[in-house]
Amino acid sequence: MTADLAALAYLASGVLFILALRGLSSPETSRRGNVLGMTGMALAVVVTLYLAGIRDGLTWGMIIAGVSIGGTIGAVIARRIPMTAMPQLVAAFHSLVGMAAVLVAASALYTPEAYGIGIVGSIKVSSLVEMSLGAAIGAVTFTGSVVAFTKLQGLVSGAPVVFPGQHPLNALLGIALVGLIVWLCASESHTAFWALAILAFVIGVLIIIPIGGADMPVVISMLNSYSGWAAAGIGFTLENTALIITGALVGSSGAILSYIMCKGMNRSFFSVILGGFGGETSAAAGGVQAETRPVKQGSAEDAAFILKNAGSVIIVPGYGMAVAQAQHALREMVDALKDNGVRIKYAIHPVAGRMPGHMNVLLAEANVPYDEVFELDDINSEFARTDVAFVIGANDVTNPAAKTDPTSPIYGMPVLDVEKAATVLFVKRSLASGYAGVDNELFFRDNTMMLFSDAKKMVEGIVKAI
Amino acid sequence: MEAAQIDPFVFRLSIFVLAIFVGYFVVWSVTPALHTPLMSVTNAISSVIVVGALLAVAVEFGADAGDDAAMISKLLGFFALVLASVNIVGGFLVTQRMLGMYKKKESKREDA
Repeated sequence: MTADLAALAYLASGVLFILALRGLSSPETSRRGNVLGMTGMALAVVVTLYLAGIRDGLTWGMIIAGVSIGGTIGAVIARRIPMTAMPQLVAAFHSLVGMAAVLVAASALYTPEAYGIGIVGSIKVSSLVEMSLGAAIGAVTFTGSVVAFTKLQGLVSGAPVVFPGQHPLNALLGIALVGLIVWLCASESHTAFWALAILAFVIGVLIIIPIGGADMPVVISMLNSYSGWAAAGIGFTLENTALIITGALVGSSGAILSYIMCKGMNRSFFSVILGGFGGETSAAAGGVQAETRPVKQGSAEDAAFILKNAGSVIIVPGYGMAVAQAQHALREMVDALKDNGVRIKYAIHPVAGRMPGHMNVLLAEANVPYDEVFELDDINSEFARTDVAFVIGANDVTNPAAKTDPTSPIYGMPVLDVEKAATVLFVKRSLASGYAGVDNELFFRDNTMMLFSDAKKMVEGIVKAI
Repeated sequence: MEAAQIDPFVFRLSIFVLAIFVGYFVVWSVTPALHTPLMSVTNAISSVIVVGALLAVAVEFGADAGDDAAMISKLLGFFALVLASVNIVGGFLVTQRMLGMYKKKESKREDA
């Protein structure tokens, strides 16, 4: 009876999680959705504590200590983290889910009767399969996310690490992993379990190091997906519906985001995984083209004059804007322009920023109303009817070569049609190529004015001049 | 003739498969502007793995597995509990913080 009620409660928390994601269909409903998610989590925790029937003080002490330590760390991080660092934070959080999956799987192996999956030496084979899958995916998620974190945080170079024999080695390790799973399921050997975990840790590192900085949005989404599948694997082991539903939700969510990111870069998922992009390509594509060609340069005053006299302006922000911390200055500029009667919109490319939707958060943080911010598909036709396109910190996502030059590495990538605007203002430090290592012919066009400066300084200069 | 028993695993698998489809449709309906909060909230909810951590911490001594195994289990569970708690609290709070930033045009009386 109790077990049935508990199962229903877990189902209820699964439903609450679905509603939490559903709420994200619009900013108005999103906050309520998040509260529903918290409710679902609280329900799952309370039911579990009730089911566990804890009587001794040691256990309660450990639980209270664990939740307080973890909760405090989490709360402090959530409060302090700058929005530019969200990609790193999400990567770090994924690693925690992955590690927790490994630890829970290990615990289920050591004391199976506590989970109702048999006794030591005769754990159900199906449970062992689920457990080993959950642990393996969890371990890959853990080290993979740690590597992604160190790349995003700039602790190691974002350049892809490639070496000869990489793919055969990975394939070999993958086969070895399957072998260890079979050994574990046949023997319930603890040695097999730990060997499996260690091997999966190694695989996690190896599959992420070849992937370059430019592909990080895909990597984060992919690890998001992995953490979901790991949770689902553990959910099957624990026979827990809430965990199974959540794992499935998170798994498919991450997969969809990976797909969207790949499409935004016109890259196949497979080629991202194989890695190597953004390293040697820059050597191949850069350099040759004439960087001596003349460009029109302008000052902050020139830009202010053009902007003030425009009827409509579309702002194209990229990650460079966030790096320069220029989003607040940009909002001041926009406010000043609005006072001059200029209509302003923002155009966001799917892969602007370092993770899905990152640029939207950065603009929201700078108090840009979300109904002035548009996605590529919704705004691209408007450039032709716009007086000024103001590109700040973006490069590759505006490169017309993606539409016209089949030899370009970014050919086929959806880009913003900024060149169709009457005037293009391009805020950039130099003529250097972007992440993809491709020259942007937009710099040399007649209707383009380059504003060479740090994004924040330039925008502040424009504000003053207006 | 015995009534055919369906393995409970099949039920769980059904839930799993259906949930993947629910996830597929729900996530496609998420507005791209909220993809970052989507990632942080999926991260928070996947920490429902905390139920496994709690069960591990709650393992009792004196069971068949032996006290050593119980202690190992409790410790593993404790670490998992700390990690999951960081994620739950951090994930939901950072999501809430981000969602609080999304404002419509009307709210121009900002203190910024």
